[in-house]
Amino acid sequence: MLLTTFSRAVILSVLLLAGQTSWSASVLVAVAANFSKPMTEIAAEFEKATGHTAKLSFGSTGKFVSQLEHGGPFEVLLSADGKAPQRLVESGLAVGNSQFTFAIGRLVLWSAKPGYVDDQGKILATGGFKHIALADPKLAPYGVAAVEVLKKQGLFEKLQPLFVQGENIAQTFQFVSTGNAPLGFIALSQVIENGKIAKGSSWIIPRDEYSPIRQDAVLMKKGAENPAAPALLDYLKSAPALAIIEKYGYDLPKK
Amino acid sequence: MTQLITVNFRLNYAEFQLDVNLQLPGSGVTVLFGHSGSGKTTLLRCIAGLQHAPQGFLEINGNLWQDSGQGLFLPTHKRSLGYVFQEANLFPHLTVAGNLRFGLKRIPKSSNTVDLQHILELLGIDHLLKRKPDCLSGGERQRVAIARALALNPEILLMDEPLASLDFKRKQEILPFLSRLNQELNIPVLYVTHSQQEVAQLADNLVIMADGKTIASGPLSETLSRLDVPLAHDREAASVWPVTVVEHEADYELTRVAFAGGMLSLPLVAAAIGTPLRVQIYARDVSIALEAPTATSILNVLPATITGITDDQGGLTVVRLQVGTQALMSHITRKSALLLNFQIGMAVYVQIKGVSILN
Amino acid sequence: MLTSADLDTLLLTFKVASISTALMMVFGTPLAWWLARTDSAWKGIINAVVALPLVLPPTVLGFYLLVMMGPVGVIGEFTTWLGLGTLPFTFAGLVVASVLYSIPFVVQPLQAAFTTIGKLPLEAAATLRASPLDTFFSVVVPLAKPGFLTAIILGFTHTVGEFGVVLMVGGNIPDKTRVVSVQIYNHVEAMEYSEAHWLAGVLLVFSFVVLLVLYTVLKTQPVTHQLK
Repeated sequence: MLLTTFSRAVILSVLLLAGQTSWSASVLVAVAANFSKPMTEIAAEFEKATGHTAKLSFGSTGKFVSQLEHGGPFEVLLSADGKAPQRLVESGLAVGNSQFTFAIGRLVLWSAKPGYVDDQGKILATGGFKHIALADPKLAPYGVAAVEVLKKQGLFEKLQPLFVQGENIAQTFQFVSTGNAPLGFIALSQVIENGKIAKGSSWIIPRDEYSPIRQDAVLMKKGAENPAAPALLDYLKSAPALAIIEKYGYDLPKK
Repeated sequence: MTQLITVNFRLNYAEFQLDVNLQLPGSGVTVLFGHSGSGKTTLLRCIAGLQHAPQGFLEINGNLWQDSGQGLFLPTHKRSLGYVFQEANLFPHLTVAGNLRFGLKRIPKSSNTVDLQHILELLGIDHLLKRKPDCLSGGERQRVAIARALALNPEILLMDEPLASLDFKRKQEILPFLSRLNQELNIPVLYVTHSQQEVAQLADNLVIMADGKTIASGPLSETLSRLDVPLAHDREAASVWPVTVVEHEADYELTRVAFAGGMLSLPLVAAAIGTPLRVQIYARDVSIALEAPTATSILNVLPATITGITDDQGGLTVVRLQVGTQALMSHITRKSALLLNFQIGMAVYVQIKGVSILN
Repeated sequence: MLTSADLDTLLLTFKVASISTALMMVFGTPLAWWLARTDSAWKGIINAVVALPLVLPPTVLGFYLLVMMGPVGVIGEFTTWLGLGTLPFTFAGLVVASVLYSIPFVVQPLQAAFTTIGKLPLEAAATLRASPLDTFFSVVVPLAKPGFLTAIILGFTHTVGEFGVVLMVGGNIPDKTRVVSVQIYNHVEAMEYSEAHWLAGVLLVFSFVVLLVLYTVLKTQPVTHQLK
């Protein structure tokens, strides 16, 4: 009996090992630009842990959606918002029950100049700048959040003429980091290094100033038959992945 | 005012040097003759200011155009010249009339004294005014180019192988125009060519160039017969004489013409008595006798004096003679020269077998 | 249908393209003339620099312009010193970027046209008493007319169609830097496909008509004017 149990275990593990090699596959992932750094790390860990590989494409969520609607090859979408995955599910391109929130974005008011942005964000009211950068609220959830913050502070009308809008959060970051816009609303993940904001000056905007920036993942029907696709989505919920996500300044979804 | 053209240029390119010091008469046609690469076109371009010789002095009938000594270099567009290029170089976007007007619009009214209609008739292009250059034949284009240059009433007309790009027929079509122009318009002409035929037909003065230097310069017939110049030794060597029609002998279908020192008989020429003509006598058609031949079929027998003798390779001797005031060349065999013991200063008789009329 | 915001972007685009084209002609003509006539050792280098925008990805060019025209960039420091402030996110900045981006489309046809003309007509004009400037306007301009038209049309249409550079240095500000190509992109990104189609259609028809004119009407007068 003991022997049989033992031999069964051996056979099973051999099968599993064999299975792992023969089942190891590659998944094509569309990743919202703001999540590029953490996702690169997560993908490396994912490959180590499962033997599958994840091929990552970074860009704006809107562009990925229009590509997916016209036959784009991505098997998993890591969106910057919850709307895009919803839309894909409704149009029948994504697997119905696969959508879940993998991270919650944090907005930060940042300047490349040290000492420019105070940790209360009072500079918004003080003014004295010619431009303020934010992601186009029509296109990017970080832009929506930024508008929300300004409206809540009663500064939207006053500051709107100074807006320079990036088509995504990466471009917005370039406007600010090159100094062309002295300050701007960007994702915390873009400036955080080892849990700290390394350069410039910033105000990490309190969570109650804007509605949570839920970033949802969804499995495309194209990827449903690929074992690596659901495996990656599962891995996003694993402890090592969550640790990486948190390290980059995202809040974690509540269980 | 002295009618004189002074041309001094020194120019040094890596593979070519030009070193020219010339005094040319300020009237008539001076032909710059030489093989390609002899520097004749470069010289003409320096005179026009199209090329800038770093060392140069240029004075045209009293007008100073360049004097590097005092840092003077008049740009081309400020020089009163007419230039005819090898290719007609008409403006393709303008009609013939537009091309003619181009320069006229840019000269002061006071110097616009040319009878353009006369030039157009002289060149036979008055019916082409409305055409664009690409609707003209090669010969017509070149004639328009000449008219365009002449219309400015320039101090000097510079012509750079204006016939070189034309075939034989077109050349024959334009040459008479050029001769007439020279007779009727009193503009000094510098004419570049490598064609002996054009030299014989057009030149009053001849400058012979080789390797960027002038090797001979002077009145045509004198320069043509200079024994130190390769031309005299060429198989096609010839003398050119200006003559005047004196009488026609209708019965014999002959015309008698006078030159400075005698008379010649030519095949009948349709030209009025008194018409100036230019005749060419090939050196190979001239034989020499010690005494006046009494019975010969040759009509043109003239007394002459030997002024020079050179022995050439191939058994040829080139003899230079003086007939009246005209120079004449004769190619004879070395054997004859030795047997008859020709010496400089000897009085002899020349028999001229053939005379051709150039215009 | 086109919204009024779309019409605004069209209007702005034509304004940018017109001003940029005028500036490119003013600066590009002497540059092309110099390139066509010179034997200078600098010719190759300048030719290469002028052609760079043809091969650089527009967003790369845009990024470097953003850096250089920014407060710590070379151009930015210069314009700040002049009292103009920095250029990104301004209409002037957009024009500067457009000029740099489209300049090869102006310089190259002009340079080709000038080279084709050669020196012979210039010499003929000089012997007919025309000064160099006179020659340029009375001989070079008419002979290079197809080259000038090509330069104007390509410079204009290329500026109308530019996207990557303005995306980078423009900042997407309505009535100031939001040009039609960015607006189309925004429509696509926002999944407003029907608006995108309308605007793209307008741009497509415009570009096609202009290029059709260039290649059919002007073909009757080709650049290769050989002097005879």
